Amino acid sequence: MVKSLELETIQLSQKTEQVRHQVRNFLKEEMEAGTFIPQCDSWLSKWDPEFSRKLGQRGWLGMTWPKQYGGQERTALERYVVTEELLAFGSPVAAHWFADRQTGPLLLRYGNEKQKSEILPRIARGEVFFSIGLSEPNTGSDLASISTNARKIDGGWLLNGSKIWTSGAHRSHYMVTLCRTSTKTDNRHEGLSQLMVDMSSSGVSVRPIHLMTGEHHFNEVFLEDVFVPDDMVVGTIGDGWKQSMAELAFERSGPERFLSTFPLLVELIRVLQQETTNEGGFTAVGRLVARLTTLREMSLGVAGLLEQGVSPDITAALVKDLGTQFECQIAEVARLLVSSSTRVANSRFKSLLADAVLHSPGFTLRGGTTEILRGIIARGVGIR
Amino acid sequence: MNDISQIIKETAEKIMEDLCTKQVVEDSELGILPRELWKTIVKSGMATVGVSEEAGGSGGSFADALTILRIAAKFSAPIPIAETLMANWVLSEAGLPLMEKPTTIASNNNGNKMMFIEISDGWTISGSAYDVPYARYAEAVVVIGNSQQGNMVAIVNPRACHIEHEQNLAGEARDHLYINNVHLQGEAVSRVREGNDNNLLYRGALIRAVQMTGALERILELSIAYSKERIQFGRPIAKFQAIQQQIAILAGEVSSAKTITNLAVKSFEAGNGEKQIMAAKIRVGEAASLGAPIAHQIHGAIGFTDEHSLQQSTRRLWSWRDEFGNESYWANKLGNEVLNTGPDYLWPFVTSMNSELVL
Repeated sequence: MVKSLELETIQLSQKTEQVRHQVRNFLKEEMEAGTFIPQCDSWLSKWDPEFSRKLGQRGWLGMTWPKQYGGQERTALERYVVTEELLAFGSPVAAHWFADRQTGPLLLRYGNEKQKSEILPRIARGEVFFSIGLSEPNTGSDLASISTNARKIDGGWLLNGSKIWTSGAHRSHYMVTLCRTSTKTDNRHEGLSQLMVDMSSSGVSVRPIHLMTGEHHFNEVFLEDVFVPDDMVVGTIGDGWKQSMAELAFERSGPERFLSTFPLLVELIRVLQQETTNEGGFTAVGRLVARLTTLREMSLGVAGLLEQGVSPDITAALVKDLGTQFECQIAEVARLLVSSSTRVANSRFKSLLADAVLHSPGFTLRGGTTEILRGIIARGVGIR
Repeated sequence: MNDISQIIKETAEKIMEDLCTKQVVEDSELGILPRELWKTIVKSGMATVGVSEEAGGSGGSFADALTILRIAAKFSAPIPIAETLMANWVLSEAGLPLMEKPTTIASNNNGNKMMFIEISDGWTISGSAYDVPYARYAEAVVVIGNSQQGNMVAIVNPRACHIEHEQNLAGEARDHLYINNVHLQGEAVSRVREGNDNNLLYRGALIRAVQMTGALERILELSIAYSKERIQFGRPIAKFQAIQQQIAILAGEVSSAKTITNLAVKSFEAGNGEKQIMAAKIRVGEAASLGAPIAHQIHGAIGFTDEHSLQQSTRRLWSWRDEFGNESYWANKLGNEVLNTGPDYLWPFVTSMNSELVL
């Protein structure tokens, strides 16, 4: 069969399973202590610096990084297990999410010594949070069309433009900003660079964009003559496109691409359990669990490839495409199985369902739309 | 994959490519069993893979046997290789002689009734079984049924049975088989190993899931190839986004089916696997239901005519998803287990799925 679609079955070691139990016990204790209540889509919407610091203290942030930069030198699969436990419990992980998942690995790979030794340990302690500055008002799926630009001046770069849909920009410390550092040529992927913007710099302003739920996670970030010193350039000037793309396999195949509505599935089962008969419920839940098991296996398979240093673009895109549809499917199945009168007596279920439904449009948009992903898959099987 | 597994895989592919042509599959629907294909399979030892050499088999693992079945299914091989392999596992476990002739299995699953009664000079067997694969071509029927001493197994000569011809959507023989007081010597009957009765249903479900992944691979390959050849509006239809997106969905279904089936095979080999097999049969069945229409849509009219081989695979997918329990049957069972486990143990239930593998 088409080789790029193959994934190996990953077996987790005893040591990895031990990490899982430590995290699971911690989460149960925190839940019992009332630190958090499980929420849908908590990696986008539940921002809790205190919780992030607790994870940092236990060595669960920056887990795979070298010890000299504050990491634990654990395997990618150990990190995988930690993140899936955090998400399955719907815990408040939004504050550190992008820094731990994306920015840390980016800096480790491309960052200079100063960036690595000063910033990474603070990410690993849960003290410094990042936003990702990619989309712009006129740039969505066609990322190479960005127009935010930086001009070389003495000692650094002068940045102008704006970024949009920037999650957490009103609370994060830095934003890794993709911008144009030389004029467009025929190859649109050339001349792009990544600059690390300190959000407290003069010339940075943040306008909230409220979701339809009224929640504030998204922002528009305006950059007016923002000075970025040379030592805050990530990697090489002109290599921004390549560097950004390398992050994507990490971004697309993780458990956050199919567990965003898992807390609702837990609650659905609680409600169904109270009912005397619900044959349709058994079948629907069985199907969801079969699908979830499959997605987790695929996601683990991709994690295994990442651990080996392979960049599995196509299977990562598959996980995100299928996983985000599954997140929406949980909401739909839950809606159809539980009558509105039953919801009255189950306020937890009702609020989780509302969150899942109202957050669902974002699942299949963020991190590459379904249509873009399917284009990548089509290219992977040789028809594009 | 170790060396032996690799050799088994390559040999199976070579045999199927050479001997399992579209014509061979077509002829099978006219009642012609491909003898040469069968002989070659047997000669290469593939009818007894998964049975140790000490027990008279060809060695190799259960996973190797399933690889053979996946490849055979990819070529729509119209031979009872799955049934003969399954029969040989049961026979070797029961200490009975292995079969190299086309063999099928009739058991108490699927609402069938097979009874063994011990008499002074041996046993009599009576009962009926429905949708028995390839019964009309079989030279031996491995019958599994109840008795007062527990579940028993025996090899029955099909000439002693009454067989009514039936078929599934793919035109594969799925016959009704009636046995009326067939008399067997004591040594020809053996006790089924503990738990094997239920086990047979799970094995069957896993086998059909594996076969479906083979057929899914085939329809994906055919769809990709066809989309690059077929010219409309002055260019190959693969150039249209609408087609690309559909093929991407199909690819996702194929990849999902393969991944969950691999897990089920590995878990089964490790001595567990019941809930993984449930998940596999459900998810692969869904992939069949979603994937086959996409492949047909891409192929247009030619795909559902007998001039094109696509329909040989899609008709098998539509049949196999219903055999050994369809998605609803297994989803109900799995859902029941999940609800009994309870909401707070749902996540541990999910993570346990892959913690039962053999090292």
